Amino acid sequence: MDPSRKRTLRLVVALGAALILAGALVYTSFSASTEASTPSQVVASAEPGRSYELTGKVVKDSVKRDGDRLRFAIRDRDGTASVPVRYEGVVPDPFREGREVIVSGEMKSGSFVAERDSLVTKCPSKFTKEKTTSSRGTSAAR
Amino acid sequence: MEYALALIVLLCLVALVVVAPLLRDEQSHMPGEGARDELEAAKEAKYREIRDAELDLQMGKLSKEDHRLIDRELRSEAIEILQRLDTVEGRAQDS
Amino acid sequence: MAGIGSACLFAGLLTTLYAAAASIYGVRTGRRAFVVSGRRAIYCLAGLMVAATAVLQLAFLRSDFSYALVAEGSSTDTPTFYKVTAMWATQDGSLLLWALLLSLFSSAVLFLTRRGLREIAPYATAVLAVVAGFFLFLMVGWENPFGTLANPPAEGSGLNPLLRHPAMMIHPPMLYTGYVGFAIPFAFAVGALITRNTGADWIRATRRFALVAWTFLGTGIMLGALWSYTELGWGGYWAWDPVENASLMPWLTGTAFLHSIMVQEKRGMLKVWNVSLIVGTFVLALVGTFLVRSGILDSIHAFGASTIGVQFLVFIAIVIAGSTALVISRLPHLRSEARLDSLLSREAFFLLNNLVLVSLCLVIFWGTFFPLISEAVTGTEASVGPPWFNRLTTPLALVLVLLMGIGPVVAWRRITPAGLRRAFVVPGLVVALVLVVLVVLTPAAESPPSLLMFCFVSFVLAVVAQEFWRGAAARRTITGDPWPRALSQLVARNRRRYGGYIAHAGMVVLFLGVAGSSAFLDQRDVRLSPGDTFTSGSYTITYQRATAKLGGDTAGTGAPITFGAVLRARDENGKTFTLRPSRNFYPTQDTSKGAIGRFFEGEATSEVDVRWGLQRDLWAAVRPDISALDGPIREANAKFARSSGDVQALVIAAIAERYRRDPPPATFRAIVSPLVSWIWIGGAIILLGALIAAWPSPEARLRRVRSLYAARLGRDLRAEA
Repeated sequence: MDPSRKRTLRLVVALGAALILAGALVYTSFSASTEASTPSQVVASAEPGRSYELTGKVVKDSVKRDGDRLRFAIRDRDGTASVPVRYEGVVPDPFREGREVIVSGEMKSGSFVAERDSLVTKCPSKFTKEKTTSSRGTSAAR
Repeated sequence: MEYALALIVLLCLVALVVVAPLLRDEQSHMPGEGARDELEAAKEAKYREIRDAELDLQMGKLSKEDHRLIDRELRSEAIEILQRLDTVEGRAQDS
Repeated sequence: MAGIGSACLFAGLLTTLYAAAASIYGVRTGRRAFVVSGRRAIYCLAGLMVAATAVLQLAFLRSDFSYALVAEGSSTDTPTFYKVTAMWATQDGSLLLWALLLSLFSSAVLFLTRRGLREIAPYATAVLAVVAGFFLFLMVGWENPFGTLANPPAEGSGLNPLLRHPAMMIHPPMLYTGYVGFAIPFAFAVGALITRNTGADWIRATRRFALVAWTFLGTGIMLGALWSYTELGWGGYWAWDPVENASLMPWLTGTAFLHSIMVQEKRGMLKVWNVSLIVGTFVLALVGTFLVRSGILDSIHAFGASTIGVQFLVFIAIVIAGSTALVISRLPHLRSEARLDSLLSREAFFLLNNLVLVSLCLVIFWGTFFPLISEAVTGTEASVGPPWFNRLTTPLALVLVLLMGIGPVVAWRRITPAGLRRAFVVPGLVVALVLVVLVVLTPAAESPPSLLMFCFVSFVLAVVAQEFWRGAAARRTITGDPWPRALSQLVARNRRRYGGYIAHAGMVVLFLGVAGSSAFLDQRDVRLSPGDTFTSGSYTITYQRATAKLGGDTAGTGAPITFGAVLRARDENGKTFTLRPSRNFYPTQDTSKGAIGRFFEGEATSEVDVRWGLQRDLWAAVRPDISALDGPIREANAKFARSSGDVQALVIAAIAERYRRDPPPATFRAIVSPLVSWIWIGGAIILLGALIAAWPSPEARLRRVRSLYAARLGRDLRAEA
C-alpha cells in the first residue's frame, strides 16, 4: 500500500473511532441521566419510576431520625412547596435544617423515596460542601 | 490614609527598580548573543538523541541498518548546530 | 496594615500593566532596555505579592479580627497550623495565592531565560503579566482579601472543621502550583506563535516547568483523594465530583502534552497539536480554578452564586478566542517537519497515547458539564453519576495501560516486527502466568474488567523491568560494570527515559489499586449496641464500648466534644486489632440553640479510623445517636444559661458521660477495600519517577558552564579591543 493511501486509511480509522466514542458519549449520557428538579416541579409533574435529582432546602422541624432511616421535608429554595423525603444511608456531616441539599430518587405515592447514600448537603459557609454520594457503583448493592 | 501612603511608597520602589535599565539604556540586542542559549539547548537535545539511538541499538530495538541511518542523520544535524554556535560566538568575538 | 496589603495589590496591578506594555514595546522596537525593564517589573510583582501574603498571614497569626477574612475563617482556638492555611480556604485568599505563585514562577522562568529566547520571552512576559493582572483585577475590584470590618468581632467563626486535615490544607496550594505552572509553557507557546519561532525552543525552555506543574497537580489530586478517603464519612477516594474532575482534566491533557512535546523535539511533528494542547491545558486550569468559585455546578466545593464567575468566564473566553485566532493565523509555520514513517514507532504510540488521554478528558468534560449541555439541548437539567463515568472511562483506562506496556519497547522512527516480537516474549509469559494464577487462586475472574486490568498491569511491569534489565545488560557489555553500578549509571545517564518508566510503573500500580478497590469492595452499614458483632469481608467486628471525650481530639483539630466507639476486629487468621472511629462536635456561635446546646448543635465531622494494609484496608466510621441527650441538654440550657464557662464545661462533661455509660445504638459503616493502599504507593512511585526525569543532568550543566566561560572570555576580549 503506498504511503498516501496508508495515511488516508489511518485518518479514516481515527475518525471512525472518534465518531464511535462521540456516539457512545451522547447516547449513554442522555439515557442514563437523572433530571434535576425542585420540589414544586416534582410534586406537580413527576413521572413514576423516573429518577430525579431533587434540590431544595430542608424544612425546619421536619427532620426525624428513626434508626437507620431519615425522614425530612424539602422545600423550594424560594418558595413553600415541599415534599416529604424518605432516606436511608450516610447522612453528610453538614446536614441540618435550613440547609440546601440534593438527593436522588423517585416519587412514590406522594413522597420522595431516595436512593441510598445519594444525599448531598451544601455547606452554608463559603467553602466546602459535604458530600456522601457513595459511588453508587461501589456500594455492595450493585 | 495608610493606603494612599503605602501605594505611593510602593509605586516609587517599583519605579526605581524598573527604570534603572532604561537609564543605563543597554544596547539594542546583539543578534548573535540571543541565539546562543537556544543553540546550546538544541545541542544538548541532539546529543541526547544520539545517545538514545545508541542505547536503542544496544538494547536491540533498532536494527543495525536503521541505527546507522538515524545516527548519521543525527550527527550531521549536531554538526550543523555546532557550526551555528561557532558562528554566533565568532560574531560575538569579532564585534 | 490592611491598607498596606491593599496597596500592594493595586500597585501590583499597575505593575503588571507596565510589565506587559514595556515588554511588548521593547521587543517590537528592538530596545532591549524596555524588555529588561518589563522583566524587572515581574520581579517587583513577586515582591509585592510576597509582601501582601505576609501581611495577610500575620493578620491570621495574630487573630486580628478587624480583617473580614480572619473573622470568617479563623478563631483564637484554631490551631496555628490551620491559621496559616486558612488563607486559602477563602475565595479572596486563594486568588492571592494564585497571584503569588504565578508571580514567583514567572520570575523564575524569566530569570532562567533572561539571556535567551530574545524574541519569545518578552511576549511571554506580557502574557504572564496579563494573567496575573486579571487575578489582581479580580481582587482589587471585587474580592479584596484585605477588607476590614468596622466593628471587629471579639471571636472569629473558626475554620470549617471539614477543612481541618493536614492533607486538605496542602491540597489547594499543590493544585494551584500545578495550575499556575502550566501558565508558563502556555505563555511561551503564545510568544512562539506570535514571533513565528515555532521550533522546539519554547518547549525546551519550559519543559521542566511543565513537568513540575504536572507533578504538583498530580500530587494535589492524590492528596485530595487521600483526604476524601480518610476524612469524609462515605469512605471513597473518588466520586467524579465536578471539582475533582476539574482538576483531573488539565492533568490528563498535561500528561498528553509531556509526551507529545517529545515528538516535536525529536522529529518536529505535532506542532499544531502541541500548541493547541497547552492552550487547552491552561484553559482547563482556569476552568478548574473557576469551577470552585462559581456555583454553576452542584458539587462538594462549589458554593452558590459567586461574585466573580462572570469575569472568569469572560477571561476564559478571551483566552480561547485569542489563542485559536493566533494558531489559525500561524498555521503555515506549524507544518510538520517529518512524516510518520511507521505505526510501529514511538511517535505513533505517543500520538495514540495522546488520543486516549484527550478522549478521557473529553469524556470527563462531557459528564461534568452535562447538566449545562442537557439544559441547552433538551431544556431540562440532567446529570450523570459515577456509574456512567466508570463505564466510559474504564475501557479507555485499559487501553492506556496497554499502551504503557508497548510504548517503551518501541524505538523512535521504526522498530522491526522481529524486534517487537522478541521484546514481548518474556512479558507475554508473565501475563499468561499471572492470568492463570489469578483465575485459579483468586476471585479476580468475577470482574472481567478488573481481571483484564490486572493482566495489563503485570504486562507493563514486566516490560518496564525488562527495559531496566536490557539497558543495564547493554551497559555491562560495554563498561563491564557490576549490576548495581550498571543500573544506577543507566538511570543517571538516561534520566528522562528511565524516570518516565518509573512513573509508568507507578501509574499502573495505581490502576491496580483502583481496580482492586472498586470491583471487590465490601461495604456494610449496621446499627449496633455495645457487645454486638458483625462481619465485613473476612473480618469479624465487635462494638466493644462507646467513648466520650472533651477537648481530646487526637487529630488536633480543636474539637471540644468527641463521641466515639471502640471496635475490636479479627481477621481470618485470628489476628485482632482495635479501631476507634469517632465523631467530633464543634460549637456554633448561634446562641438560639442554647448555652449548652450550641456545643452539640454546631458542625460535626466524622473521624474515620482505617487499618491500612497492603492486601486490603479496613475502614470504619461511626455516627453516634445523640438524640437521647436532647432531654438533658434542654434542661441544662434552662438551668445553666448564665453560668460561667467552667460550670458549663462541667455540665457538658456530665452530659457526655451519660452518652458514654449508656449509649443508644449507633450507626456504623465498615468498608473492606482490597489493594487500595497501592493507589497511594503508586502515587509515590510516580512522584519518584517525575523527580528523576526532571533532575538536571550534570554533564549538560558542565558543558553549559564551560560555554558560559567561553562566552565571557569572548565578551572580555571584545571589551578590550
